[in-house]
Amino acid sequence: MEMFYGAMQYREPGVLLWRGFTLQEFANQCFGNKFDNGKGRQMPIHYGSTKHNYFTVASTVGTQIPHAVGAAYALKMEERDACTVTYFGDGGTSTYREPGVLLWRGFTLQEFANQCFGNKFDNGKGRQMPIHYGSTKHNYFTVASTVGTQIPHAVGAAYALKMEERDACTVTYFGDGGTSTGDFHAALNFAAVMEVPVIFICRNNGWAISTPSADQFRSDGIVVRGQAYGVRSIRVDGNDALAMYNAVNEARTMAIGEQKPILIEALTYRAGHHSTSDDSTKYRPGDEIEWWRMAQDPVTRFRKWIEMKGWWSAEAESEFRSSVRKQVLNAIQVAEKVEKPPIKELFTDVYDFPPPNLCEQEASLREAIRRHPQDYPPDFLM
Amino acid sequence: MERDPRVCVIGEDVGHYGGSYKVTKDLAGKYGDLRVLDTPIAENSFTGMAIGAAMTGLRPIVEGMNMGFLLLAFNQISNNCGMLHYTSGGQFKIPVVIRGPGGVGRQLGAEHSQRLESYFQSIPGIQMVACSTPYNAKGLMKAAIRSDNPVILFEHVLLYNLKERIPDEEYVLNLEEAEMVRPGEHVTILTYSRMRYHVMQAAKTLVNKGYDPEVIDIRSLKPFDLYTIGNSVKKTHRVLIVEECMRTGGIGASLTAAITENFHDYLDAQIVCLSSQDVPTPYAGTLEEWTVVQPTQIVTAVQQLCR
Repeated sequence: MEMFYGAMQYREPGVLLWRGFTLQEFANQCFGNKFDNGKGRQMPIHYGSTKHNYFTVASTVGTQIPHAVGAAYALKMEERDACTVTYFGDGGTSTYREPGVLLWRGFTLQEFANQCFGNKFDNGKGRQMPIHYGSTKHNYFTVASTVGTQIPHAVGAAYALKMEERDACTVTYFGDGGTSTGDFHAALNFAAVMEVPVIFICRNNGWAISTPSADQFRSDGIVVRGQAYGVRSIRVDGNDALAMYNAVNEARTMAIGEQKPILIEALTYRAGHHSTSDDSTKYRPGDEIEWWRMAQDPVTRFRKWIEMKGWWSAEAESEFRSSVRKQVLNAIQVAEKVEKPPIKELFTDVYDFPPPNLCEQEASLREAIRRHPQDYPPDFLM
Repeated sequence: MERDPRVCVIGEDVGHYGGSYKVTKDLAGKYGDLRVLDTPIAENSFTGMAIGAAMTGLRPIVEGMNMGFLLLAFNQISNNCGMLHYTSGGQFKIPVVIRGPGGVGRQLGAEHSQRLESYFQSIPGIQMVACSTPYNAKGLMKAAIRSDNPVILFEHVLLYNLKERIPDEEYVLNLEEAEMVRPGEHVTILTYSRMRYHVMQAAKTLVNKGYDPEVIDIRSLKPFDLYTIGNSVKKTHRVLIVEECMRTGGIGASLTAAITENFHDYLDAQIVCLSSQDVPTPYAGTLEEWTVVQPTQIVTAVQQLCR
């Protein structure tokens, strides 16, 4: 599974050539003809190919970059000069708050929507709840609802990378609440003892549902915990995309070069509610939320910086926002209409092949539906 | 480990110490400290680590120093190990083997006498096998390592000293097959792990008394080999289950239900299940002995069943 992630500039056609992009395809793109997979929309040598895991080169820098996405970008940047070594991308284990990482890696808006609706195109086959994404193609382990369990998974994955001497590391994300779990502590300890290339990124956003961090721990944040286990740790302003990028970039170099774990505590604030089932004004003051939203929003800060550099403008912003909004709404509309997975997917993948008892159970269910169709959804795919 | 460089062992004291029952003896010297990895004491986390490694391409074998300690790993085993292949839509597979010594030993105390097969049997996505002889231990271990499903392999604390001539060459047994230990006509005795030996001891006595028991070591605890078991029930019409699990919610309870559901018409008598009582295993030798099914009880049960 060789993967290459990250935004490319226009000087890496060699990578694309290596990956199998044909000379004819290059030429088609330069002439913007009807066979160009960019459909003639991008200027010459701004290639892109989803088939080759190669994001279309953009002329502009800057998109909405929440800190998690900035981190993922940093992790991928150094792959650039790795034409001859394995392109294996760094594996990621995360919670449901890191869709930015997956977006960055090339998961499409349609794929996100498909997962949320659990339709037949969801690569999770409709089994996991919304925003619990996963994609082997993007080296992104499927999100599990259990808190903190992904942290030792990342250590194990890093152990595998170390065993196979791969030029890659793993990254794992968790919140301030997740650091209270047993798995967090043991995983940090293991990573330090075993000297594996893993980056632990803690989104300390001050809240675990309604529990403020003062009720979650009394240590000086998470960074001291990393130190306590012998893991080199750093605290970063999580609302500063550039700071995060620099920290993670450096962390990756250190993790792979020295085969040691790194912990990054990103200080930020959960401006939104915990989930769509939560109304956080019930347990925190509205003006506190407003302050963080106005003064510290990472997207706003980054936007001001790129506007100042002349790479972005208010017009580009409003155009981009409305375009993305349309795309998202479109993806949702499309996903909503797609059928759900067929009944056989209820029983597959429990094991590599369905065992006799599951085959029996499937037959029994089909029989029940056949006899009482009025008791089952009409559009149920058999 | 020699055949496949992706196979590795993870657990407490598995390296140069060779494991609590010396199952991994000399492996660290041969394959190195990374492939035979000593972990800190955190079962949930090193099981989680193995899951992450498996999803990344390795084939880890996790050792529970005693199976009972894997109760600490229940979250990872149930919610992640058993589940992630399914919830990821088949994208990530978890070819781990989780193994270790369990069962009632000699005065090891309640916490070290757990029968975890009872607790784990409900978890979808995992397979469970119990070995009982040197021959089937080798064959089942190889099968478990080669399987792409997560497999829990139950060894028994009191069976490590068994000696048997076994083939040097490769052989792999079927994870889902039961073992016919002694064919017979009068009654089907289903058992596994250490209780197989108590059953065979009872069988000697029974043969002397004129009975002809059929003894099957079920080996596959999840799923049950209902084919072999069914054929036996159809022949003898009488079933006795002998297990070490507690009466409530054990393997025997599930097996009783499965046989009743599938072979009710072939039974001439109610299924009898001999299990340990629903008590923690006491330390005192005599008390402990009374919590484990003994050969005399098995003989009595067969006599009653065949009246």
